[in-house]
Amino acid sequence: MKLDTLADAVGEWLRGTGPESDIVMSSRVRLARNVAQYPFVSRMSDQDRGDVERFLRERISSSSVGKQLDYIDVGRLEEIDRQFLVERQLISREHAEAQGARGVAIDGLEQVSLMINEEDHLRIQCMHSGLDLRGAWEQIRGVDDQIGSAVPYAYHPRWGYLTACPTNVGTGIRVSVMLHLPALVITRQIDKVFRSLHKISLAVRGLYGEGSQAMGDFYQISNQTTLGKSEEELVEQVGDVVPVLIDYERRAREFLVRETQQNVHDQVSRAYGILRTAQTITAEETMQLLSRVRMGVLLGLIGDVKIADINSLLIRTQPAHLQKLRGVELDTKDRNIERARYLRRHFEGGPSGSPN
Amino acid sequence: MKCQECDKQAVFHITELETGEVRELHLCEDHARTYLNQSESAEGDDAEKASGGGLTGPLTVGQTADELALLDKKACPMCGITFFEFRNQGRLGCPHDYVHFEKELEPLIANIHGAAQHTGRKPQRPQAEEGSQLPEGTEELTTVIGLRRSMQEAIACEDYEQAREVRDGIRGIEDRWLPDAARDPGSPPAGPPTS
Repeated sequence: MKLDTLADAVGEWLRGTGPESDIVMSSRVRLARNVAQYPFVSRMSDQDRGDVERFLRERISSSSVGKQLDYIDVGRLEEIDRQFLVERQLISREHAEAQGARGVAIDGLEQVSLMINEEDHLRIQCMHSGLDLRGAWEQIRGVDDQIGSAVPYAYHPRWGYLTACPTNVGTGIRVSVMLHLPALVITRQIDKVFRSLHKISLAVRGLYGEGSQAMGDFYQISNQTTLGKSEEELVEQVGDVVPVLIDYERRAREFLVRETQQNVHDQVSRAYGILRTAQTITAEETMQLLSRVRMGVLLGLIGDVKIADINSLLIRTQPAHLQKLRGVELDTKDRNIERARYLRRHFEGGPSGSPN
Repeated sequence: MKCQECDKQAVFHITELETGEVRELHLCEDHARTYLNQSESAEGDDAEKASGGGLTGPLTVGQTADELALLDKKACPMCGITFFEFRNQGRLGCPHDYVHFEKELEPLIANIHGAAQHTGRKPQRPQAEEGSQLPEGTEELTTVIGLRRSMQEAIACEDYEQAREVRDGIRGIEDRWLPDAARDPGSPPAGPPTS
């Protein structure tokens, strides 16, 4: 697979379609699995690491799901290409920054990704646009069954699927949704929402997962526990809370329009203005402004921009994407200039012009 | 070692594990009691937890220094990881650790998940050789990790007969679990030269 061809596509999680996609960007399920006859990743010798990579790669590619996947040898990629895959959420930051034999198998739609030698030997991920946890779960269950019939996953009748970190043991499942919650941020209700989520064992993270700060009002909600409940129950646990959050966000948006229309209209118009005219701009500021414009479009305050275009700009203005699209490596200063140029060109291209 | 909160001797050594983050606390008896009470009362406030909704708080295990020193030296016979190493990294060494350190891990796991028994899916097992049914658990296959180590040791000691025996043991297990292999690439080479 040529990574450059991916840069022209948007990828599943930013397609901006699917149920409730005004607030729910994407639904994701991942499973952590290990091969029983090898030590866990942090305890593997280089030889083990290579053996596990080869063992899993061969077994995945000979399964029927594997025939629809492209395999990328992450260990041999340039740093910018690894960063590119991180930005597309096809591999984790940890996987990008790790050493030694490792890889990822992904499908053409970028819904399925199988990371080899991340924190566990195998991390299977399935991502759908909008709110579709059930669909993502059903798809990943099929992938897991196929691979599991060819790979002896480490399993214990009491502890379930055995993982390198005890926080993942049992089902090894992490169910998450990526939400865009700008109105809850503006109305300062977001902290309250997060505190109540913590009380029901759900974790909240920023856009790019563990440890990163929430950028542009995008938040990831996921289950915290993996043992003692079935996979379906855990999918439901996250799924049940999403309609509540959607309702809160919608009400906050209505409140903003009703009570502070002039103010909000001013804010989103200014954000739009900066994106159209800036001469140099950081990735963080771009995210923040695109988030505001996205809300403005959904509130009907900005009429000539498509949500799909905003989503596509969200990823194409990320550092590695920007450089891939430009075809050259750029330092931070030049990236900020190129980013501003890219945005101006996009918005000049006409009301709903394509960013190409 | 001194208590990190005062000048008294630290007698409690506590490992906190929060979704992958590891933090160590060294406390005197008084501060340990205060600390542990805090985390307990924080948990008590949470109705969800009482109803079995799992834990959002940190995972805590307290031991006296002597108990901990002894426990820290305990090592897994398969991968060789000591409990000390696990406490430091927050990552286990191999699947057998869940069996070897079961007693120590049980309270940690119960604390993280609010449960100590898997109730989810079970793996699809590859078809075993005719007549033999593979068990649900993979303990037997995981012993290969330890066998590989003893084979390497036997080779290092030039005890080729022993190495061959271990290798045959590994093959026997792998043939049962990976019947359709393209043999596991980690299995031993064709064998040392016969003398």
